[in-house]
Amino acid sequence: MKVHHHSYDAVIVGAGGAGLRAAIETAGKCRTAVLTKLYPTRSHTGAAQGGMCAALANVEEDSWEWHTFDTVKGGDYLVDQPAAEIMCREAIDAVIELEHFGMPFNRTPEGKIDQRTFGGHTRNHGEASVKRACYSADRTGHMILQTLYQQCVARDVNFFNEYQVLDIAFVEGRVGGVVAYELATGDLHVFTTKAVLFATGGFGKMFKISSNAHTLTGDGPGLLYRRGIPLQDMEFFQFHPTGIYKLGILLSEAARAEGGILRNAEGERFMERYAPTIKDLAPRDMVSRAILTEIGEGRGAGPNKDYVYLDLTHLSPEHIDAKIPDITDFVRTYQGLEPKTDPIPIQPTAHYAMGGIPTNVDAEVVIDAANTVLPGLYAAGECACVSVHGANRLGTNSLLDIVVFGRRGGQAMASYVDTVGHPDPPADIEADVRDRIERLKASSAGENVARIREELQEHMTDKASVFRTEESLASMASDLDALDARYERATIQDKGEVFNYDLTEALELGYLLDLARCLVVAARARTESRGGHFRDDHPLREDEHWMRHSLAYRTDDGVRLDYKPVTPGNYLPMERKY
Amino acid sequence: MPETELVKVHLKVKRFDPERDRKPYWQEFDVEMEESDRVLDALHAAKWYHDGTLSFRRSCAHGVCGSDAMVINGENALACMLLIRKAGLDITIEPIRGLPVIKDLVVDMEPFFEQYRSVMPYLVNTDDPGYTERLQSAEDRARFDDTTKCILCAACTTSCPIYWGNESYVGPAAIVNAHRFIFDSRDQAAGERLEILNQRSGVFRCRTAFNCTNACPRDIKVTEAIEEVKRAILYGRV
Ligand SMILES: Cc1cc2nc3c(=O)[nH]c(=O)nc-3n(C[C@H](O)[C@H](O)[C@H](O)COP(=O)(O)OP(=O)(O)OC[C@H]3O[C@@H](n4cnc5c(N)ncnc54)[C@H](O)[C@@H]3O)c2cc1C
Ligand code: FES
Repeated sequence: MKVHHHSYDAVIVGAGGAGLRAAIETAGKCRTAVLTKLYPTRSHTGAAQGGMCAALANVEEDSWEWHTFDTVKGGDYLVDQPAAEIMCREAIDAVIELEHFGMPFNRTPEGKIDQRTFGGHTRNHGEASVKRACYSADRTGHMILQTLYQQCVARDVNFFNEYQVLDIAFVEGRVGGVVAYELATGDLHVFTTKAVLFATGGFGKMFKISSNAHTLTGDGPGLLYRRGIPLQDMEFFQFHPTGIYKLGILLSEAARAEGGILRNAEGERFMERYAPTIKDLAPRDMVSRAILTEIGEGRGAGPNKDYVYLDLTHLSPEHIDAKIPDITDFVRTYQGLEPKTDPIPIQPTAHYAMGGIPTNVDAEVVIDAANTVLPGLYAAGECACVSVHGANRLGTNSLLDIVVFGRRGGQAMASYVDTVGHPDPPADIEADVRDRIERLKASSAGENVARIREELQEHMTDKASVFRTEESLASMASDLDALDARYERATIQDKGEVFNYDLTEALELGYLLDLARCLVVAARARTESRGGHFRDDHPLREDEHWMRHSLAYRTDDGVRLDYKPVTPGNYLPMERKY
Repeated sequence: MPETELVKVHLKVKRFDPERDRKPYWQEFDVEMEESDRVLDALHAAKWYHDGTLSFRRSCAHGVCGSDAMVINGENALACMLLIRKAGLDITIEPIRGLPVIKDLVVDMEPFFEQYRSVMPYLVNTDDPGYTERLQSAEDRARFDDTTKCILCAACTTSCPIYWGNESYVGPAAIVNAHRFIFDSRDQAAGERLEILNQRSGVFRCRTAFNCTNACPRDIKVTEAIEEVKRAILYGRV
């Protein structure tokens, strides 16, 4: 295996919205390499549909304080309020800056950025829905990703496309370098660097029904976890209510913001019973539970009574074509239905990781309950946990998160690298990666990686998703024991060097197994229900004991949990009703 | 919901491994699929349960990331957007044409992205907008809406007979991305882009074969965009 050596001031791992926004910030300030396992424009930010919230007040009265309140309440009070405040305040700059970068937003009749309602976003602390989401039809993420990439092209950002980062090394308590695997050649590349920012996105591929791309396997959190960095709030995973039945492909909340209605088999608009004020636009965790409750009580549709409908048939065809063209095309392509006349079968789909690499508001990674910074290590976007989303992210707040904290991370990193010298290249830092690769290639008979992954996904969707109990989680834990053991014996057929996805999929599965383990251990320990984490056997939120973030550390005997307090702010916890 | 049952799908995939093969060859797979599955799912079934060495790019699996353009039954398509129901039970799959094959269905995308970068694919505007958004009327916004949809999958460019014959031609995708800015009322570099596209390797190479429009998985009216750019050059205004 050939090894190449590079030296940079800063390395960014990942080129979705968060990584690209950070790269724009470091461009021209410090020598930066952007390493990405996908071509930047293939990143899953491009799949985001509905919008990005900012209290521009372009169409009706709004304020960033209200946005902060909604974010805190939506997150079921596990949100660090100063962080949410920063995000909601800087949202306004972030949207305007995107517009200046060329983002083609939809416009109001006066030519301003248009805004629409979105789940959980309200005026004046919950009075009614508010038009806060800035959008480009139902392809807002695509437009953001393209716009940020265009700006990187304009700035001549240095991309290493199809380079997959597999390890990190620390030297004398700070970042020393990363190891990347070049897909086209199978060579290893050691990047000695003063700072690294991880922006590797989510890890929804641990579930069977998911809106996430095949490549969202949690590599960043996974490899840091193995190097002793804790992962925060891993028990909180968001299940989006409206995934295409069986496939999990997302149908944005925009469908409901534009007037779509959820109905059970009897045609009843059941959300009226669960959230009388904002009905179909209640936060996602509530709607997902409502759907599964309807199904559980026998009001599901179809031969197996296991889905409900998203009904758009009452909307005008022109409105559908103008506001939600892409998602209605998905329905045509994948379900063979015409959404203008047919109600759409949907079910909840694993969508977003609230948890991840713990950071402060400058995207610096913090490694313990005292929020100690590890110098030179940064994380932003879905792989990070700031925590602005708490126990449940509001729609449109992730596109916001990636731009706001991508930018802050880039800024912080650029000034940090000015203050320190180059680390001594850590000796033999690629040894572990080389070992893992050689072991997988050497084995001739063993377990099939795809089968292990398929079982992981099936069991996680059955046992650790919208509803959880001690029993289901314990059973998942023993499934994981078995899957881990089989993974130890996993083998691959492709022994070559060039585009060996057989190999990278095997490595990725290792991360998914580790992260699933963190999720299950943290979820078992949390004997309450909050946001995206719902325990049938502990259905109430218990602030006295559980108003705290979990931290999952890797040890030789499995996951060790620690906790740290939530940073409070203006808003006192109250019951979450809509 | 139309219910589906398992059907037997016969895949014929063009393979080439630079470490082992001196020339490409065909490999055949039989996989059990549902009719509502994607061609991508069939490729996965072949890779995951028959031959792990089969290589292709993919990510989103629903037609938004542009990773998996390939020639399926003779036509360019995204494997994740074509269902078995439509592709049939005998499916032939080859890499897209006009870009160097690296391994199996994986081609070298660098020449494609180089063409893309050559047209200044970013907004140029040197006026200080101040602390507010630039205004743009809904009509002005609509002028370039269609070409903002491009996901850079290369299905159009690699379906173009002119591109196959002449790699220096910028190709439809680059023109689409130039169009996206040329017709954006906020942009100030239309003249420069039109000059680039007026060169020998530029827009007038296009012979209006329409392959590109048919190939686009995002239903962009590619030929129309190219015609608009040609007219802008000829009449000196956008
Ligand atoms: C279908 C869908 C719709 C959504 N709609 C909305 C919405 O309307 N509003 C909203 O706010 N949010 C939405 N979200 C959520 C939001 O889009 C994502 O959370 C966000 O885009 C994540 O951005 P990111 O930059 O963190 O990661 P991504 O865009 O996923 O990028 C990850 C990057 O990391 C790279 N990478 C990963 N591993 C490695 C490695 N080992 N080495 C090198 N590179 C690596 C990849 O190549 C990629 O470039 C949606 C999500 C989905 C799935
Ligand atoms: S896998 Fe993303 S477009 Fe097909």
